[in-house]
Amino acid sequence: MNGDFGWALRAATFGLALATGFSPAAAPAADGKLIVGVILPLSGTFANEGRQYEQGIAAYQKLNGKTVAGQPVEIVTRDDQGPGSGDLARRLTQELILRDKADVIIGYSFTPNAMSAASLLGEAKRPAIIVNAATSIITERSPYFVRVSWTLPQSAATLGDWAAKNGIKTVYTMVSDYAPGIDAETWFKKAFIAGGGQVVGEVRTPVTSMEYAPYLQRVIEAKPDALFAFNPGGDVSVAFMKAARERNLAGAGIKLLVTGDVVEDNSLSLIGEGLDGVISAHHYQSGIASAENERFIKAYKEVAGAEAIPNFRAVQAYDAMDLLYKAVAKAGGKTDATALLEAMKGITLASPRGTITIDPQTRDVVQDVYIRRGEKVDGRWQNRTFETYKAVADPGKTAR
Amino acid sequence: MSALNPASHGGLSKPALPFSPVTPLIFAALIASYFLFPNHLALATQILVLMIFALSYDLLQGHAGIVSLGHAVFLGLGAYGSAILARWGFTDPLLGLAAGASISALVALVLSPIVVRGSDFTRLLVTLGVASLIHEAANRMRDLTGGADGLADFEVAPLLGLFAFDFEGRTAFLYALTVFALVYAALWRVTTSPFGLALRGIRENSRRMPAIGSPVARHLAVSYLLSGAIAGVGGALLAQTSRFASLDMLGFERSAEIVMVVTLGGTGHIAGVSIGAAAFGLVKDALSTVSPRYWQLGLGVVLMASVFLARGGIGGLIERFGRFGRRA
Repeated sequence: MNGDFGWALRAATFGLALATGFSPAAAPAADGKLIVGVILPLSGTFANEGRQYEQGIAAYQKLNGKTVAGQPVEIVTRDDQGPGSGDLARRLTQELILRDKADVIIGYSFTPNAMSAASLLGEAKRPAIIVNAATSIITERSPYFVRVSWTLPQSAATLGDWAAKNGIKTVYTMVSDYAPGIDAETWFKKAFIAGGGQVVGEVRTPVTSMEYAPYLQRVIEAKPDALFAFNPGGDVSVAFMKAARERNLAGAGIKLLVTGDVVEDNSLSLIGEGLDGVISAHHYQSGIASAENERFIKAYKEVAGAEAIPNFRAVQAYDAMDLLYKAVAKAGGKTDATALLEAMKGITLASPRGTITIDPQTRDVVQDVYIRRGEKVDGRWQNRTFETYKAVADPGKTAR
Repeated sequence: MSALNPASHGGLSKPALPFSPVTPLIFAALIASYFLFPNHLALATQILVLMIFALSYDLLQGHAGIVSLGHAVFLGLGAYGSAILARWGFTDPLLGLAAGASISALVALVLSPIVVRGSDFTRLLVTLGVASLIHEAANRMRDLTGGADGLADFEVAPLLGLFAFDFEGRTAFLYALTVFALVYAALWRVTTSPFGLALRGIRENSRRMPAIGSPVARHLAVSYLLSGAIAGVGGALLAQTSRFASLDMLGFERSAEIVMVVTLGGTGHIAGVSIGAAAFGLVKDALSTVSPRYWQLGLGVVLMASVFLARGGIGGLIERFGRFGRRA
């Protein structure tokens, strides 16, 4: 990404570091420079996700330059290797702040990694912008967290509410057996039951399961009006969507409802026919018709290649950068935690996904949630929006 | 494995000298790093944990000859043990350390009858299977372990009621260093004792040992228990210094990693294994800083090079160097 020269430079620094036995401590940042520490999963199973965020950030800088309020913006990226490595994410956070003198952290794709860094941010007094980690409670763990992505209750509860209002009386739920899955199950049920619906059965599947036929058979035998499903995306979700098509859920008169990350833009070509008629709730799809989205997709393709398709993750990272730039400008160029956090609270951004606001009380994103149906448009499978829930806040907080 | 073992060259009468000049050098380097690299203490602390974990596994593989692909279970249990205790309000770090060691020792005691019997190959499978079971059990017990989210919502009280854990990681480093020194000394004592010698005997020829009246099964069980307890100490230390415990800590990747680390260091050589673990941690960090995306490629090359170029690992190099010195 930085070109061959940048790589050679880093290789040279590395050689120097090895020669001295330990990499030398970073000198304090020169005044008037904004250093952004970025922590993403860049190796292993989730490397593809990491790429989306990285390219989202690059796309933003391509459009908006590498200076804000007269200060050069320097990005230092580290690899946290995916979920479960919270101890590493915490150390990387500490090192970015201590060694690289980062003024702000952008990152955390997974809940555990954000949670483990929470107490550090308070000790170091550095704000962190969360690019994904979607479990509701995270932002309550530290007043230095600001979330620009989404929360699972946002999607799941909106979908539950929509289902109850649109003639669906009975639902079977099927979620992956880990924290986000349980969040999705809980909030879908809460909203659906509050709207008068009835849950006739529920099952939790192993997180990495690729075999859904037996579970789907049980659903078909229970004859609900709809099946609500959540799984962790990627190959697992593609396998699930294909299985649902093969078992002919639609033919049995059962609607399929999923959170939007199950049918994200990147995997639509793999899911294919399986997307037909599937209802999902999400905060972004590449088909959104707006000048911001067009600009974003164009810049993204320039950065990642003409064939690349950005998904919600790239948008979230793009918005994280936008939030930072706008906050620095709003704070008159100040980059200390108090000034930045004050500027971020209540700020409104024109995101590719639509207008988003940072709730000043919860520091969590408030955004439109789209209810979409899978359709074939111009020979390509897409999620087409047919209803929009305006300005949805995280139900995980408003419910209390 | 034993062909690669530097200690086996020396025979039983001459155990590798763990307190060769290398040992003071290791501790001098560790103490110096506190003053020279005050911005790297978090990394150094995690490396000390890796060193403790490596030493615990080395007792098992390098001295008793028991191979395992599930040793991270004890690291993870130690981490959960101290983290859960802290969540219940018992936040004293030393208490957490004791809890981590006890829970791991207890589980090792329960498992030892099925691990101790059998050949290397069955042990690999059994330890792998047990590790999967415990991993899934921890995943299911969400209320206790936090499931896939891990545990981060616990406090750690100041050490001895005096030294709070600071942002720069000074307390954490000195704490980890002290624990490492104690583990190092204890292992040196154990491996040079008659019990340690008996373990070597069992490793070299487990059929002949009963003939000289050595209770093989009991010796192996004790070494398994001890190794588990030390790994538990490492895990508790990891949880306390990183304020985090998760499934990953008892997962397969950490189990496999420690086998690599011990091989790199030279099985059966306490100083070599310590240096190997430190080198592994440093190289891994340096590579992933240079290239966050392709660092695993570099690590693979380094590991392969170490197998081909340094037979017997770092411990082997130390021994060869030492012999060369004596002959000259």
